[in-house]
Amino acid sequence: MSDEQVKAVAAGRRDFLRKSLFAAGAAMAAPLAARAASEGDVNILENPAWTTSLGLPVATNPYGMPSKYESQLLRRESPGLARVGGASVSFAPLQGLFGIITPSGLHFERHHQGWHDIDPSKHRLMVNGSDDSLLKKAKVYTLDELMRLPSVSRIHFIECGANTGLEWGNVAVPTVQYTHGMLSCSEFTGVPLKVLLEDCGVDYKKARYVLAEGADGSSMTRTIPMEMVESGEVFVAYGQNGEMLRPENGYPLRLVVPGVQGVSWVKWLRRIEVGDKPYATKDEAVHYIDLLPNGQHRQYSSIQEAKSVITTPSGGQTLLDKGFYNVSGLAWSGRGRIKQVDVSFDGGINWQTARLEGPIQNKALTRFNTNWVWDGSPAILQSRAIDETGFVQPTYGQLRKVRGTKSIYHNNAIQSWKIIESGEVSNVQVL
Amino acid sequence: MFRFSKPLFVFALFSASTVAVGFENYSGVGRAATPAEVKAWDIDVRPDFKGLPKGSGNVERGNELFEEKCASCHGSFGESNEVFTPLAGGTTKDDIKTGNVKGLSSGELPQRTTFTKVATISTVWDYIYRAMPWTAPKSLKPDEVYAILAYLLNLQEIVPADFVLSDKNIGDVQKLLPNRNGMTTDHGMWPGAPAKKGGIGNGGKPDTANKACMKNCKPEVLIGSTLPEYARTAHGELRDQNRSFGPVRGTQTLGPEAAKKAADAGTLDLATKSGCMACHGMKSKIVGPGYSEVVARYKDQTDAESRLIAKVKAGGQGVWGSIPMPPNGHIKDEDITTLVKWILNGSK
Repeated sequence: MSDEQVKAVAAGRRDFLRKSLFAAGAAMAAPLAARAASEGDVNILENPAWTTSLGLPVATNPYGMPSKYESQLLRRESPGLARVGGASVSFAPLQGLFGIITPSGLHFERHHQGWHDIDPSKHRLMVNGSDDSLLKKAKVYTLDELMRLPSVSRIHFIECGANTGLEWGNVAVPTVQYTHGMLSCSEFTGVPLKVLLEDCGVDYKKARYVLAEGADGSSMTRTIPMEMVESGEVFVAYGQNGEMLRPENGYPLRLVVPGVQGVSWVKWLRRIEVGDKPYATKDEAVHYIDLLPNGQHRQYSSIQEAKSVITTPSGGQTLLDKGFYNVSGLAWSGRGRIKQVDVSFDGGINWQTARLEGPIQNKALTRFNTNWVWDGSPAILQSRAIDETGFVQPTYGQLRKVRGTKSIYHNNAIQSWKIIESGEVSNVQVL
Repeated sequence: MFRFSKPLFVFALFSASTVAVGFENYSGVGRAATPAEVKAWDIDVRPDFKGLPKGSGNVERGNELFEEKCASCHGSFGESNEVFTPLAGGTTKDDIKTGNVKGLSSGELPQRTTFTKVATISTVWDYIYRAMPWTAPKSLKPDEVYAILAYLLNLQEIVPADFVLSDKNIGDVQKLLPNRNGMTTDHGMWPGAPAKKGGIGNGGKPDTANKACMKNCKPEVLIGSTLPEYARTAHGELRDQNRSFGPVRGTQTLGPEAAKKAADAGTLDLATKSGCMACHGMKSKIVGPGYSEVVARYKDQTDAESRLIAKVKAGGQGVWGSIPMPPNGHIKDEDITTLVKWILNGSK
């Protein structure tokens, strides 16, 4: 979009596209300007180069890349959020993604001591017990061996517990990338953890907790309940979206813990310990604890409760014109499938039920769409998710009433986007 | 190598016809871990101190080690907020008595520190041992961890200056942690068994209960807060963070003044990607000097730019302390020039 077009949008001249169609034609093919202006779009009247010349051969890019015109949607950091890149976050550009799968290269990152590209031939996974009574024998597996075992492939969302955490007190960031972009969804492939634990002869009666540990400098450690492992849900993944995991997402091995905050999906997984008690590791005793108004911290708060957000249109975008829009967004729940999503255009006074697009899977992102004709007047857009347990996503007022404003983690309040006459969309909180 | 013995083969055939998944089925996959291997990796320490190695360390030794290995990030007294949030401060003698940090509920705490939050001293021991120092994790010996932790506990006025922390008395220290009673697991967000069944949560009962009202749900819309103008521009040019086609465009957020700021941010990105920020802070020393310290030292030198470019390329030692800067052959010459100019122009 040219600067003139941007100004036109800002000035509320929403017919600028129709006008600029002829202006652009004139600029691109000056000698034909008169003809173009009278007869139609020069992009139609004149065959472009790609229609009249030979294209590039196969495997010009042996590992394909997005179009050069797709350079703007990138993982980005939020300035001032973290002071050290090795313990920071990059957010996925939800504002421009489609469907439910996050491209692996745009999957959000959260590292605790920087990332490494680990040599898979040297990576090992050890399974051991807190003591000998919990496991018949401690074992070591190589990638070669793990990839010989029976595998599963499942689509799950992963959301950082701190996603939307900047907004507990007030509106703080402009776009859905920064409000909700610590969220991604992939098809993961790997071996159910119970297969490995049973291979080592676990005693489920005594071993009721699992400690997962990473191979990075921080050796990230988190406690997982054995119930989730026994159900077969938790798996040791090497594949993501048809390829191996990307290094930033734990190559060559990470844990998948569906419905649970991302920090438990330990990356560069090197060790599983079964135990009879929880571990209170640093990231479950100093961070990822939720401060309540009475001064108590909630510990081991892990499940990501039902949540949704409209991604198109969303904060930091400008609508081009009055008229029809497909309003689209994402809904998810750590407790199962999404049952319903409602959308409001008047700040939550009235709601209409959106279309859920398939597949609607367990603990996965679900895409919703709804029709809207914008008449050019101010509006406040909201979405509200309901999951299969009947849980309804709370308002900011409801959430803060219980948890105050300093919780940092697990903010699943209803998000609101305000639209003004110029078409500009901005972040606003409705109580 | 394959070695099928006849009885094993018979067993495999038999088990294939049943649903049982005994561990013999995955023959040839994985091997027993040796005791030395388990010892090498099984480093976790639990709240009941299972896994804690024997050893001890005193406050004085901890002070020395902290100054040498920790203070560059955490400040000499664990008070620094420059690189990470502060470790120490924010608690009172009374908190040590009650086991609840009062500042958490009174709102008097400007910022939570590690010791205002942590309820289990094993957590701190475990984390220092596995992950510290920041640039050299797992390089500390158990006695050094005991000493550093003793120093932190003394800073926090939990133990006296002549204290020797050891595996024998760490349980007594646990009884003095100022926020030891400050954690609750009574909530619905633990995915395992509830407390009444031997687990640690409430069984998944949520704490909010919205209703899916559809029509005339409230008389008016109450706005809690809107996006402040500084927040609109702090994230750069939003126009460039959206596609240039489709149903919407990114809103243009930056004027020329802000565009310069964005260019600064671009150079900061470059510095981060080139690995500079791992050792240098904007203002103060991390491993190497802070950039404003560099500017101060070179401000009267006309050849500062060329000298610094040469130094970044080849590495150096001795100007800022004993730790050498490695040569930076991986950074392109033009990027080094950009970075040096940016540093000398008062990097932001």
